[in-house]
Amino acid sequence: MTIFNFRTARPVEYYRKYLEQDVRPDGRDLGEFRRTVLNIGCVTTADGSALVKLGNTTVMCGIKAELCKPKTETPKCGFIVPNVELSPLCSPYFRSGPPGEQAQVMSQFMLEVVNHSKCVDLESLCITQGKLVWVLYCDLLCLDYDGNVTDACVLALLAALKNVCLPTISINEETENPETDLTKRVPLPISSQPVSSTYAIFDDNILFVDPTAEEENLATGIITIVTTDDKLCLVHKPGGSPLRPEQLTNCFDRSFDRSKEISRLIDETIHSIDR
Amino acid sequence: MREMTCELGQLTRCDGDACLIQGETCVATAVYGPTEVRMNKEILDKATVEVVYKSKVGLPGCAEKMFERIIRNTCETTILTTAHPRSGINIIIQEMQNSGSYLACCINSACLALLDAGVSLKFLVAAVTCLINKEGDIILDPNSKQEKDGKALLTFVFNNKDFNIVTVNTKGSYSSRQFKDCTSLCKTSSKQVFEFYKNLWKSC
Repeated sequence: MTIFNFRTARPVEYYRKYLEQDVRPDGRDLGEFRRTVLNIGCVTTADGSALVKLGNTTVMCGIKAELCKPKTETPKCGFIVPNVELSPLCSPYFRSGPPGEQAQVMSQFMLEVVNHSKCVDLESLCITQGKLVWVLYCDLLCLDYDGNVTDACVLALLAALKNVCLPTISINEETENPETDLTKRVPLPISSQPVSSTYAIFDDNILFVDPTAEEENLATGIITIVTTDDKLCLVHKPGGSPLRPEQLTNCFDRSFDRSKEISRLIDETIHSIDR
Repeated sequence: MREMTCELGQLTRCDGDACLIQGETCVATAVYGPTEVRMNKEILDKATVEVVYKSKVGLPGCAEKMFERIIRNTCETTILTTAHPRSGINIIIQEMQNSGSYLACCINSACLALLDAGVSLKFLVAAVTCLINKEGDIILDPNSKQEKDGKALLTFVFNNKDFNIVTVNTKGSYSSRQFKDCTSLCKTSSKQVFEFYKNLWKSC
């Protein structure tokens, strides 16, 4: 049987053979992410944007700022509305039409990341208390689904938020209408950096980072850890193979390393754009 | 932990049901299965587990979908799905009263309802919630008032085979040291929940 047929016929066995040697079929170590490519500010019509490639997985994020009235119970807070779209373009598993279960769960996950990490102070989106605030619509579009879209989305969202420049708004005292000055733009202050890393559990005990779509299908469980600087902000393990607490601690260590890698990557990209 | 009480067999048409009260939090769960499943959801070598979550008010949105997914994946792990290929197991969860530690209560009541329905399980699960407040103290099984003032909320699900972690879901920010402390605290308290399951079955 050729290696190609073996992979198709018995994918689990095929993976096991590789993992015995602590390596994956694509040549990566168990703790190694795919090559991450980041492009910031690629959509000129958006107020902030970013494109992330994690191996073949591609996610584009565009942020549009609009004005709206705040909620009565939180008169000083603006809104951030993330929306993840998984169209049939990115994978045959998705159908067109209203967002499927996975897209809804991902959108909710992004919202939780923004809320729990407090990367944007919602009060900084306030223009006039109780009357006018900014709402940031963050549209995340998956262009190619090759596993681990969560990490790509979190990175795209963070990079795009760092790229947001809001126009200055002044209130006309006579008419009480807001007047926008598009020439004077101020960057949005970002107070912390949420970075996510996803692990797949294979055969109930082997953990590896950044699974591809093939690996996700074979995995017996998935864990996503989001860190902000030196704190944990979200540990999400919805079911799957039970893990020992030590295994989780190992994942945390890898996540903190990843967090440093990502902040270096973002800084470098922003630098290269400034020049 | 707050006091737990449970009533089984309140509903007549389902295969198993449980109404679990944990402190003031109350959840009712019904289980149907193994039953037939819609063609497009049929899996050749195992059962399809579906969870429907009904909140007290409002239309279901993205938050409820995520909630459903966490419960479904947890139940899928516990159920011996390979024992019922090409069939479906449906779990319906109805919110009665949410006063804190809500996810834990939902998972525990789902586990009890599955037991009541006689679905074959790999192991039992017990969910425990703990809270880290502003002073950095850990509060076990918080109520909704404590949850509002808390810094972080962590829910753990343990199995009764080797007490490993089946599910984790957290909110807010905390250090890995605090995470470790919460894990060991919740692990010890999960044994109380298993003890409760045992006593409940003895009294039936």
